[in-house]
Amino acid sequence: MDEVIYFDNAATSWPKPPGVMEAMARFLNEIGANPGRSGHRMAVEAGRVVYEAREVIAELFNAPDPLRVVFGLNGTEALNLVLRGYLRPGDHVVTSSMEHNAVMRPLRALERQGVEVTVVPCAPDGTLDPGDVLAAIRPNTALVVLNHASNVVGTILPIHEVGAAVGTAGRSPLLVVDAAQTAGAVPIDVQADGIDLLAFTGHKSLYGPMGTGGLVIGERVDLDRLEPLKRGGTGSRSEHEEQPDFLPDKYESGTANAVGLAGLAAGVRWVLERGVETVRAHEEALTRRLVDGLRAIPGVTVYGTLDPARQTATVSFNIAGMEPSEVGLRLDEEFGVLCRVGLHCAPAAHKTIGTFPTGTVRFSLGVFNTAEEVDRALRAVEHLARDARRKTHDAGRRRQIEWRKATP
Amino acid sequence: MEEGYAVILVYSTAHALKAEKALQRAGISCKLIPVPRHISSDCGVCVRIRRADQEEALEVLESAGVGIEGVHKV
Repeated sequence: MDEVIYFDNAATSWPKPPGVMEAMARFLNEIGANPGRSGHRMAVEAGRVVYEAREVIAELFNAPDPLRVVFGLNGTEALNLVLRGYLRPGDHVVTSSMEHNAVMRPLRALERQGVEVTVVPCAPDGTLDPGDVLAAIRPNTALVVLNHASNVVGTILPIHEVGAAVGTAGRSPLLVVDAAQTAGAVPIDVQADGIDLLAFTGHKSLYGPMGTGGLVIGERVDLDRLEPLKRGGTGSRSEHEEQPDFLPDKYESGTANAVGLAGLAAGVRWVLERGVETVRAHEEALTRRLVDGLRAIPGVTVYGTLDPARQTATVSFNIAGMEPSEVGLRLDEEFGVLCRVGLHCAPAAHKTIGTFPTGTVRFSLGVFNTAEEVDRALRAVEHLARDARRKTHDAGRRRQIEWRKATP
Repeated sequence: MEEGYAVILVYSTAHALKAEKALQRAGISCKLIPVPRHISSDCGVCVRIRRADQEEALEVLESAGVGIEGVHKV
């Protein structure tokens, strides 16, 4: 099958908008030099490309200053920077039971070093009561860390409500948001939402290439306390052997992925021109079609809120009597539907929704998917569900016959 | 009117680019150049302006929130 239906946008979006590849090719062909090093015209132009990527990210998230945008490899690196750079033994962190391992693994490692971790349970549909988060805050709580939306079931967490309440809490911990699943797909305003540290990745709904991502650092963050993950050359203060203490250099050692950031900036510009609300409306309509269609198929269980207004375009389901891995393989080989099955690097989330350790089949849509593709994928799932029912029925009959034979 | 150029030293290339944008918006011509060795051993760039524009440029940069490390005649 030549034509594929790409439903794995929660892992990496594909295809990319027009302009992304062109911006990267232009960088390699015409600019090419090291951004932030040297001072010749090509180096300055390379630096300008990176700076303009900061500007569009700042515009998208309403960051107070482009210099508060720090770039790195991806969302995982940004989260590691925050968690490992900010927390000290004796500190307390509040997080949710729907987190990705990008949050859970650093926190479990820090726990062994004396950081206290409270995991607030979410409901089986992935929703979180903001009151439970506030109730978990203690005098030594340094951070509240939440994903904006689950990478397993798409459920959107009440970031704005938590942000408003945390900001007014007594000794006010910082709010850290993992926006891997929402940046570009759901409106985010770091100032209005009370987000102190926003970790984003470039290769999902920002429609940039892999190897781009970063952190938006709010004005409440004490930079003296937030240690960098890496130290090294920054192109600034070269006479000193100590790391610079100002943004963004403190957190950006080593040559940046400028060619990737050229592509990221083009992707973000495309999202800004189209409008996040427009992207969201398209994805919400497709999600509704998908969720309603899946629920109508006998033997299919859909997880999450089942309400597209409260989730991203990520939908998890299972077919009774068929392992997710088999569903994924047959969807690919027989129908050209590409998705992700299993635990999605989020064991805590699967425990919360009751699908651990089997996992689920995950369809994650993007802005380039169409209603026609959703319908074709639904027909494929219907076909597999019918197969699974037949197999279950046949196996039942075989057992009956064997039992009768064995019973004198 | 004072002739020649002045260079404004800022923290890093990112700050220099922010400065350049702010100055361009204010209609002040400028150019990013390597930091002259006799001023600083830094390997980055600084913002060169006409000396006649110095006062206005510094006001623009201050209101744009660009941190300034120094101003030198060149």
